[in-house]
Amino acid sequence: MTADIGTEPTSTIRLSVNGVPHVLDVPDRKLLSDVLRQDLELTGTHVGCEHGVCGACTVQLDGDPVRSCLMFAVTAQGHEIKTVEGVGDDPENPADVQQAFIDCHGLQCGFCTPGFVTTIDAYIDENPNPTEEEAREAVSGNLCRCTGYQNIVSAVQRAAQLRAEGARL
Amino acid sequence: MKPPPLRIHRPTSIDQTLDLLSEHSVSGKVLAGGQSLVPVLNMRLAAPSDLIDITGVSGLDELTVSGPEGQQEIAVGATVTHRQVERSVDIARANPLLAEALRFVAHPAVRNRGTTVGSLAHADPNGEMPMILALTGGSVDVRSRRGIRTLSAEELNVGPLETCLESDELITRAIFPALPAGSRAGFDELARRSGDYGLAGVGMIVDVEDETVTGLRCGFISVTDIPEVLDLGEVVSGTQIDEVAGVVSRVVDAVRDFIDPGGDIHATADYRRHLAGVIASRLFRRLCRTDNARIQGAQVHTAGNDAGNGTDTGADAGSGTGKGIENDTGRRRA
Ligand SMILES: Cc1cc2nc3c(=O)[nH]c(=O)nc-3n(C[C@H](O)[C@H](O)[C@H](O)COP(=O)(O)OP(=O)(O)OC[C@H]3O[C@@H](n4cnc5c(N)ncnc54)[C@H](O)[C@@H]3O)c2cc1C
Ligand code: FES
Ligand code: FES
Repeated sequence: MTADIGTEPTSTIRLSVNGVPHVLDVPDRKLLSDVLRQDLELTGTHVGCEHGVCGACTVQLDGDPVRSCLMFAVTAQGHEIKTVEGVGDDPENPADVQQAFIDCHGLQCGFCTPGFVTTIDAYIDENPNPTEEEAREAVSGNLCRCTGYQNIVSAVQRAAQLRAEGARL
Repeated sequence: MKPPPLRIHRPTSIDQTLDLLSEHSVSGKVLAGGQSLVPVLNMRLAAPSDLIDITGVSGLDELTVSGPEGQQEIAVGATVTHRQVERSVDIARANPLLAEALRFVAHPAVRNRGTTVGSLAHADPNGEMPMILALTGGSVDVRSRRGIRTLSAEELNVGPLETCLESDELITRAIFPALPAGSRAGFDELARRSGDYGLAGVGMIVDVEDETVTGLRCGFISVTDIPEVLDLGEVVSGTQIDEVAGVVSRVVDAVRDFIDPGGDIHATADYRRHLAGVIASRLFRRLCRTDNARIQGAQVHTAGNDAGNGTDTGADAGSGTGKGIENDTGRRRA
């Protein structure tokens, strides 16, 4: 499985992203965030700090939000990865969390938004009816330099509402 | 690509892991959740040639509470994430202090990957887990091709970010003893933002018998080099729990004397020393409140913070710093 190109150890890996299986040759040191963006051209996953602080790179690993900048693609094998494209990839038909950001004006430049969307998508399954305080807490691991957060907090509650309505349909 | 070139090994058994660690003992490193190691690699502060990823190793996922009533122990295997520990009802019952402090470790997305044992191996004096291990008298089980050993927190921690582990050694699990019956325990810290490492933090265990304080032990984060335990039994023993107001200032003085904070861009040493005293004072008062007993191991002060903070302010009005601190606190209740 492992081959050397020059001195750089590489591996052939199998990744399952948004339900699609991929086989890729990647350097062992390549981060999941870089493989998603560069090899799979899923550029919805944004890269801000690359040390776990900003949350822009957040994806779901087996349903749980994780930092894709703190994970090697090699070690993501055997897990199901969901990126923001997996949450919703159709501007005409946004997913509930995306619609909530539109409804609440929860974004400005949009750089941070994919990380919020993947985080909130998982969170509202865990807590289908968050209070404002819980909503704030839920996004406390994601940084936004534009909005001042108020509308994002509203978007968490709106997303929960939309999901509950969706479940009732 | 930010990290330096390296090779990743993915063993599936403890035996293979120990072989790999012994083979790469010069420049190999264990990779667990990667929540401390990968930032270090991304910043190129370290350049190991080989990473041994233990997340697929079977037999390291133990998460149990066992032993006879009164002497229970919590075992946390090396691949168990902070989040799994935090979600265990049995653990919150046996050692509420562990569960309470875990909520201050980073954000859920980091806790979803980061392991509790990895925190202990990383030995960050700003980290909550090394302190909780020391304060509750816990230990780690360590294996290598050369043998097996058990290390107390005191033996494990030799300096900031430094343990006595050899490069071929693997911590297979950590043992946190349950809190003794009659003890009351709590943790609090002050951080600049929710999820950040605390500027100062205090863990505390108060022993109470017949409404009388019989013991007091404190551990600290971000204000000592290694997680040392301060035993203040002599200062408080014999005090009735409804009369602790009279000894609080001695507790605070002893805490401020004991710790040795450094200053940085976020907070001066003096400020951290001040904070540690304020937090210790609040915790001590909160834990000694008559309604705060732990009934037969059940957690009455639910997750400490929630029940505590709301009503704390009044009791604390005299503690000097008052509201300002409450407002600044990046408290988390994930
Ligand atoms: C944004 C952010 C905020 C954070 N905030 C906090 C915080 O507030 N408080 C806090 O305590 N932590 C915090 N952390 C760190 C987090 O708790 C890490 O999960 C933890 O410190 C390390 O666990 P890990 O499994 O990720 O270990 P890794 O990063 O994989 O490893 C860390 C070190 O331990 C060694 N190691 C790991 N497992 C073993 C083992 N079984 N045997 C021997 N050596 C081993 C590795 O070789 C490495 O040197 C934060 C991290 C991030 C990214
Ligand atoms: S880029 Fe991963 S957390 Fe900032
Ligand atoms: S919308 Fe610009 S960073 Fe959040």
